[in-house]
Amino acid sequence: MDNNKGSVWVIAEQGKLGILDVSLQLIDKARQLADTLGSPVEVVSLGYQCELIGTQLIAAGADKVYIADDPATAVYQAELYTKIISQLFKQQQPNIVLVGSTFMGRELAPILAATLKTGLTAHCTDLCLDEKGILEQKIPAYGGMMTIVCPEKRPQMATVAKGVFGLPNPDNERTGEILTLEIPNDFKARIRTIEIVKEEVPSISLESADKIVAGGAGAQNIKGWNMIKELANLLGAGLGSTRPAVDEAWIKIDSMIGQSGKMVNPKLYIGIGLSGEQQHMVGIVDSEIMIAINNDEQSPVFSQVDYGIVDDCQLFLPELIKKLKAHQEQ
Amino acid sequence: MFKIAVCIKAVPDPELASKIKIDPKTGSLIRTNIPLVINPLDRNALEAALNIKSTQGAEITVFSMGPPQADTTLKQCLALGADQGILLSDIAFAGADAYSTALTLASGIKKAGEFDLVICGVSSSDGATEWVGPEISVHLGLPVVTMVSEISELTPEMIQLKANIENGYRKMEVDLPALLTVTMELNTPKNLSFSGIIKAKKKEIAVWGIKDLDISENLVGLKGSPTIVTEMNPLEKKREIEFIEGDRTEKANILVSKLIDAGVI
Repeated sequence: MDNNKGSVWVIAEQGKLGILDVSLQLIDKARQLADTLGSPVEVVSLGYQCELIGTQLIAAGADKVYIADDPATAVYQAELYTKIISQLFKQQQPNIVLVGSTFMGRELAPILAATLKTGLTAHCTDLCLDEKGILEQKIPAYGGMMTIVCPEKRPQMATVAKGVFGLPNPDNERTGEILTLEIPNDFKARIRTIEIVKEEVPSISLESADKIVAGGAGAQNIKGWNMIKELANLLGAGLGSTRPAVDEAWIKIDSMIGQSGKMVNPKLYIGIGLSGEQQHMVGIVDSEIMIAINNDEQSPVFSQVDYGIVDDCQLFLPELIKKLKAHQEQ
Repeated sequence: MFKIAVCIKAVPDPELASKIKIDPKTGSLIRTNIPLVINPLDRNALEAALNIKSTQGAEITVFSMGPPQADTTLKQCLALGADQGILLSDIAFAGADAYSTALTLASGIKKAGEFDLVICGVSSSDGATEWVGPEISVHLGLPVVTMVSEISELTPEMIQLKANIENGYRKMEVDLPALLTVTMELNTPKNLSFSGIIKAKKKEIAVWGIKDLDISENLVGLKGSPTIVTEMNPLEKKREIEFIEGDRTEKANILVSKLIDAGVI
């Protein structure tokens, strides 16, 4: 068989509310790739009490679905998941495997790639096929885009963050095959999950926010960061960050926007005290209006936005906040 | 006494790394002379090992794969309190992707002996794939936990820890030996001390090449890498900047009216 004609696979992750959006988005992308290649889309999903998942995955675009429905797979367990999925892949020989850049995906995908002795591209922001049918995996790097391929080893594996691709329109008329996976019963885990603790989700989720204020190292200190926070609150905007702000512990890592953080799609984006690193900017998808505030006129951020203000944010933000309050009181 | 391996990467100083750009004409990287430093998250990995050393006793070996000049970053690790440094350096290792980097590091660790813990930073500031740690664990046959944010208990048989997940954490227990990748929340790395620098002066970094490892030349470097970079393109510029000028009050006024005109406030 032609090396590039095999199935396009997605590892679909289950959350409390069913299949995660990122997994559905990847099934839609897998469908497009598979249609070009003339190959089927196959999905593997592990969980418990998930009998409705199969039909949902087929409606989303899968031709064949492998489900594990067992208390042992109720929550993600690296070793057991690796064992089940790597066995399946050794039998089925996927051509392409797409995985969401979730905490699970980011741990499981490299374990699987090393187990299967193949390549894995991190946090792709686009996927296409070359004329031979090889997957071109695009990632932002060094102020541009890099194309990575895995020309010989199979499967070709990539992780992709939520929001890079759109959701499929579910088609309930679609038909497909649902198969149940066996759970190995002699399995002794060296890793045991004792407890899963979920904290409260921030009131404005970044992915759904229509306005986003993001800050970086240029906030200078917690005083500057609090001004950025105040502006976000005043605008009813989600508060995002870049790596340096997280490193300074001004804000938690969940707020990081970009290739290894969240992908956002707001109407308004205001970037304050950040330099416009590609790894951050690629996380802002099609914002209608983009504004940057930075004290360095030469900052690369200014070539990526619509309006620029050259100023020290600690001096400018109080003025802007004052004007916005005056406008809101009108 | 615990035996701990820490993997570090010498990276271009992240403060200056944005100066590396793609040449729009040739598509290759324009590198300015950026000094190498210890990858920031690997400092957290080393600090975790140092904390175990000071509370429970440990022998720490630091591993790195990189060019010969990466030995200065390993020397810094010794000055910070690590006991040995091993640099895997050979022209054959050049051009490695995450897969062959992990395989090479795992071969070095195997050759150096048995370890109770292997600790890595979650990702590097220049590659940012997060793959090397978990891939090393596969090659060593060890259980792995990524995104470790807290170590709560360590006995010779097991480690208890917290690891980040979406909006929360997992509390877990892992049998030793094991591999961990750690986040910056785990600890605050201490700075170099003068006495540390003096003590480390006498120590040497071992340099191992392909011939020192039990691994075929076809499995390392560019040859051993499943993935390759085929293209690098500078981004097209999609937006035209309009600078808002004036004094601070004028700038704030103009910006507010732009926001009103755009219908976003």
